Amino acid sequence: MQNHGAEKFIGGKQTFESITTKIESVVIDQRKKHPLEWYVVFGIAFGLLQVLMLAVTYLIVRGTGIWGINIPVGWGFAIINFVWWIGIGHAGTLISAILLLMRQQWRNSINRFAEAMTLFAVMCAGIFPLIHTGRPWVAYWLMPIGPNILGMWPQFRSPLVWDVFAVTTYITVSALFWFVGLIPDFGTMRDRAKPKWLKYLFGTLAMGWRGSNQHWFRYESAYLILAGLSTPLVLSVHTIVSFDFAISIVPGWHTTIFPPYFVAGAIYAGFAMVLLLAIPIRAWYGLKDLITMKHIDWMAKFMLGTGMVVFYGYLTEAFYGYYSGNKYEMFMIHNRMTGPYAPLYWSLIVCNGLTPQILWSQRMRHSIPVVFAVSVIVSIGMWLERFIIVVTSLHRDFMPSAWGMYTPTIWDWATFLGTIGLFTFLMFLFVRFVPMINIFEMKDLLHKQEGHAISGRKEHVVVEAASAHE
Amino acid sequence: MHDHDEQPHNLDSMRSKLQGKDGAQYWRSLEELAGTDEFQRFVDDEFPHRATLLELDRRQFLTLMGSSLALAGLTGCRILPQDKIVPYVKAPEEVIAGKPLTYATAISLGGYAHGVLVESHEGRPTKIEGNPGHPASLGATNAFMQAAMHTLYDPDRARAITNVAVASTWDDFLAATSKALEGQTASKGAGIRLLTETVTSPTLAAQIREFLTKYPNAEWHQYDTSSADNVKAGARLALGSPVNVVYKFDKAARVLSLDSDFLMTMPGSVRYARDFTNGRRVRKGTREINRLYAIESMPTLTGALADHRLPAKSSDIEAIAYSIAQGLGIDVGSSAPTTKLAPPWIAAAVKDLNAHPGESLVVPGEQQPPSVHALCHAINEKLGAVGKTVVYTEPVEAEAVEHVASLNDLLADIHAGHVQALFILGGSNPAFTAPADFAFADTLRRVRFKVYHGIYADETAALCDWHVPDTHFLEAWSDARAFDGTASIVQPLIEPLYVSKSAHEVMAALNDKPLPGYDILRESWKALGGAGDFDTWWRKTLYQGFVDGSAAKEVQATIQGSLASRLPQPVSAGSGLEINFRLDPTLGDGRWANNAWLQELPKPVTKLVWDNAAIMSPATATELKLCPADRPDQATGSMVELSLGNRKLKMPVYILPGHAANSVTVHVGYGRTKTGLVGADHGFNPYPLRTSAAPWFSGGLKVSPTGEKYDLLSTHYHNSIEMLDRELARVRTIEDFIKNPKLTEPDEEENPPEYDTLFREPDTYRDWEGAKWGMSIDLQTCIGCNACVVACQAENNIPTVGKDQVSRGREMHWIRIDRYFKGKDLENPQVVFQPVPCMHCERAPCEPVCPVAATTHSHEGLNQMVYNRCVGTRYCSNNCPYKVRRFNFLNYANHHDVNELGQEAAPLKLLNNPNVTVRSRGVMEKCSYCVQRINAARIEAKKDRRNIKDGEVVTACEQACPTQAIIFGDIADANSRVSKAKRQDHDYTLLADLNTRPRTTYMAKIRNPNPEISTE
Repeated sequence: MQNHGAEKFIGGKQTFESITTKIESVVIDQRKKHPLEWYVVFGIAFGLLQVLMLAVTYLIVRGTGIWGINIPVGWGFAIINFVWWIGIGHAGTLISAILLLMRQQWRNSINRFAEAMTLFAVMCAGIFPLIHTGRPWVAYWLMPIGPNILGMWPQFRSPLVWDVFAVTTYITVSALFWFVGLIPDFGTMRDRAKPKWLKYLFGTLAMGWRGSNQHWFRYESAYLILAGLSTPLVLSVHTIVSFDFAISIVPGWHTTIFPPYFVAGAIYAGFAMVLLLAIPIRAWYGLKDLITMKHIDWMAKFMLGTGMVVFYGYLTEAFYGYYSGNKYEMFMIHNRMTGPYAPLYWSLIVCNGLTPQILWSQRMRHSIPVVFAVSVIVSIGMWLERFIIVVTSLHRDFMPSAWGMYTPTIWDWATFLGTIGLFTFLMFLFVRFVPMINIFEMKDLLHKQEGHAISGRKEHVVVEAASAHE
Repeated sequence: MHDHDEQPHNLDSMRSKLQGKDGAQYWRSLEELAGTDEFQRFVDDEFPHRATLLELDRRQFLTLMGSSLALAGLTGCRILPQDKIVPYVKAPEEVIAGKPLTYATAISLGGYAHGVLVESHEGRPTKIEGNPGHPASLGATNAFMQAAMHTLYDPDRARAITNVAVASTWDDFLAATSKALEGQTASKGAGIRLLTETVTSPTLAAQIREFLTKYPNAEWHQYDTSSADNVKAGARLALGSPVNVVYKFDKAARVLSLDSDFLMTMPGSVRYARDFTNGRRVRKGTREINRLYAIESMPTLTGALADHRLPAKSSDIEAIAYSIAQGLGIDVGSSAPTTKLAPPWIAAAVKDLNAHPGESLVVPGEQQPPSVHALCHAINEKLGAVGKTVVYTEPVEAEAVEHVASLNDLLADIHAGHVQALFILGGSNPAFTAPADFAFADTLRRVRFKVYHGIYADETAALCDWHVPDTHFLEAWSDARAFDGTASIVQPLIEPLYVSKSAHEVMAALNDKPLPGYDILRESWKALGGAGDFDTWWRKTLYQGFVDGSAAKEVQATIQGSLASRLPQPVSAGSGLEINFRLDPTLGDGRWANNAWLQELPKPVTKLVWDNAAIMSPATATELKLCPADRPDQATGSMVELSLGNRKLKMPVYILPGHAANSVTVHVGYGRTKTGLVGADHGFNPYPLRTSAAPWFSGGLKVSPTGEKYDLLSTHYHNSIEMLDRELARVRTIEDFIKNPKLTEPDEEENPPEYDTLFREPDTYRDWEGAKWGMSIDLQTCIGCNACVVACQAENNIPTVGKDQVSRGREMHWIRIDRYFKGKDLENPQVVFQPVPCMHCERAPCEPVCPVAATTHSHEGLNQMVYNRCVGTRYCSNNCPYKVRRFNFLNYANHHDVNELGQEAAPLKLLNNPNVTVRSRGVMEKCSYCVQRINAARIEAKKDRRNIKDGEVVTACEQACPTQAIIFGDIADANSRVSKAKRQDHDYTLLADLNTRPRTTYMAKIRNPNPEISTE
């Protein structure tokens, strides 16, 4: 990634000053009028958050019976939503960690944003495994709290226990990574904040950041280490989530293709979500120069690429279903395609397999409405994918006498929409109270784009100077 | 650590202090009262017993620190709420707390006794089992016998004597009655009528006769929907007297059923099922089994077991009976109707019956007209069956009347104004069950003094002035006779829970001999011939549960003269639609409507719950244009209007393959309006279509779709279930079995080989040297009767969840009976039943996926659920290929004041088996192989320092099974019954290719088709 490409990642005529102002003013100047859309969407999200509270409270009072789950379909919306949210988080980690290690500097304008998305998505995801248990008040027994306190360990052969490790590790590393990446910017905010309390607040969060050489050196090392830690998580978390299914003997779940297929799907869904958030926000907050068409174009390409991997997964699943010669597998695939949930299966193929093909065209990738629409469709498609995996595999398995149907209840929907509310609520608060784009990395990028690039660490001196200049 | 010198208390000074005290006279201890300085110091010092640190040396200090650290952990221990258990101050005789006692008694179903043994925990009956010595039970039960326990604790039972719905007292009732009877003395009771159900009780009959002696002009009527009127009329027609017909299926090699469900609906069915299936059991070397032909309209359990089944309208059966009689050379007159139905089939069947003289039998259904019964008597006589496979005995009923006629007489008398006082005894609920043309409810209003004696405040109670609640059979002394006449003393196990009186007590009051039930029974049996020393006889009879040698005497009866001349003109079958009325397979005539266990029990063939339906065949539904021709299943749930003359009823349709064409079966018993919370407002009431002229079937039915839809609930998803390409319930013919006893076919997957695994772990439950529990289920003898399902529910405190929860797929039964259709003919498929409890897999897929190890394996091979460890992720159920796990999605157990069904929970809590945990919301549960019974047997065995003997552990399902299709035991013991069963060649494993290694295996169903009849 060198200069020739970089020039398109920052639009307009920008200086270090203008970049800082563009980003921090959203946060520092809380009296500045926010776009009406922010209030509308935030209001809706807040409303949905109340719905979530209501739904979870009623769930705890009454029991999981308020949902549509049954025997044979023991898992429903809760697990679907869990996998969906966890998947969405993955794009953030991919953008911040893997692209960092690969020195893809174009990520600089979206990584902060994507990391926040990861964090909030994992928070939404984390709610579900907890509340989907029959007795949520003892769900902590899945934690390895150990024999001293609980009298026994969890059962380590169960992938649900691996899940606990995977998800807690993931949220811990993601939160750390996000916070460490914010420290230099908190320094900038501290320096620019006018009210004393805000100075103290950002000063505390900046953890004494002065932008010294030493600080930059340590920061870089820490960030790289965290990136290194996060990178395997991109692969491992969803791999383990896929084990929740693959370890079982249920036809449609017991599949070796699940780990790569889940990871690709996660990144796919994640990029769709980044686009869904970035497109309106860059318009509302005048950040089109920082999140440029080039970014959107590249993210669309990512979607196309991962989408193809996912589609290949569907084809492989169907092919091996028949090729296996196993009557249960064959029936499962046949049932997906022609059974009672067939409309959802074919919607899934249309949403995730066919729709993204439109992104082969550069013209389409450069059309904001098209990219936005594709992102919406892909998000729905990825949710459908989890529905198909969870429900159609369970509802007709080995013994026809035990077959059943799954119909979500109003409480299933309330919980699902409620987490969308929670996610949007948090995301919109983040936009207002934390610099949503990485200021110093943008300056770094600008520096390179302006042609002053010298290789190596010396860049930071410039950036530091810029920081000190404030 | 603290040296505290005890000062001797000076009691006198304390007392004086107490006297002189003013203010509140509370004191904490004698020390305080004594007012010693020591005590004052003790009070002032905040931590009186601590040693000061300065007093400690290094060693003591370390000791203290160490123990403090060690004890700190204990603060984590929770203190659980404490309940006090009070022992018996005066222990009742024979009661050892925690040890259940078992008493012999008998339950009456349709008036006929079934001997049972009832388990009682500290005076609280909890479980009903069959009485092995009783001829109608042989140790087995049916679903009703099991579910009767639920009725005992039903919170919706009538709880008080009421006068016009206002609570009253027994004394007031007696006063009102004697006033009403006084007016009748002059006319010698001409205005008094008694209406009872079928009475086999010798004591009750004697009491009624005594009453009739006192009031010679009074009359006794009987009405019970389930009464076998046609059987009595048929016997009278053919043999000249209403003899009691007892079948000896154990001696029958060839049986033809003419619309008879003898495995399910006859007073002797539990016994018959055992006798019949004994002739079908297949073991190594079996070459001959009995053969069953069934001609029937509605598919029944008998039809499902049949080797050849022929669907025929009920009205066609008469003609078939004629042609069979003719085929055997019986003179049936020249005007005998003929049938066009499957002549080769019938001819082959007749030939087969004829080839087994003395070993063949024709069984007519209770719904068939007297002529069919008469013809069957003639046929059986011709086949040499009489005295061998069928015997005639003296009537078992005290008064063998035809009930519809009897009720008709009563109503005629009421209309004529002859009736001033009517006593309805025994809960037959005629206001709900009487034939529609009798307009019973309206007629009843004309009687001035009406008394109803029944267990519920039902439709009839609402119409009567007085309602005296009946006792449950476990609450009062009584007696009854079984299908073969064997008498039992019904002994109670518990005081009546509510204000209630038994029929004997009511009759005793009417006879002015107000004795307690116990005395009434003893007096009665002293007269009836308690042989020898009465007390000894009485004790022995109570202990064994039946009266020795009390079976009805066999009578010799032969066809009187020319039968042909006496046979009534046959009713022509007609080509139109026909309606069949049947008693509901789980609610009977409606009397079990408030029993939640029976409401939620899937009907044997349709698997419907909480509802009834208009059942018809796919072809009929297509013909009636209720569905597209290629999708008859879509007709299920469509509302139709059934019209019979000017009587109309809207009902949903249920499509049942194998039902006779042009025929619709409806089950009565649903659509109750006045009963408890469970029974009311479920299903549809077909009684208004049912007239005295055609109580069981009638032509001239019109069916018109209303366009509405109704949610019929079947525990089987979609109504017709095929096994697809999966041979889950295996069926072979005896011919195949003789040729190749192994079930495997060339292209069939055998049990997979033992793969080497990377994760080899010690195979503890394989290498275990103690007992290894296992089960064998014989599909050959399973008739699908549901007794095991209810028995399991009763034994294991399994909750009922209600219609709404079942509609969400959350029924809780630990054992389910799968029903599969087999064969290509949608109009006459084979039906196979397969009971499916937990398989107790040695490599259970549920175990490794549980994140908290709440489901584990015992050394003895049980797949165990640890309820209080379960957090409820439900992964175990997802991963169970047999889907036998059940989840408490809501709080289904009777934990709160009101349960999921809206019933008061307190009485139902008494129903619980104290040896089985009551599961709370959010935990998984499943079949435990009745681990509580295993442990009870283990305790006994350990006391005697021996191993558990074969047959000592009997699971609830095994114990209830009328046909002994379920065998449980130790598979490590090569001589155990279960090991022998598993060594059979036709033993197979369900879903063997998954390598789960279940401990429960199946024996295939072996059919015995007649080679002369093509099956497909």
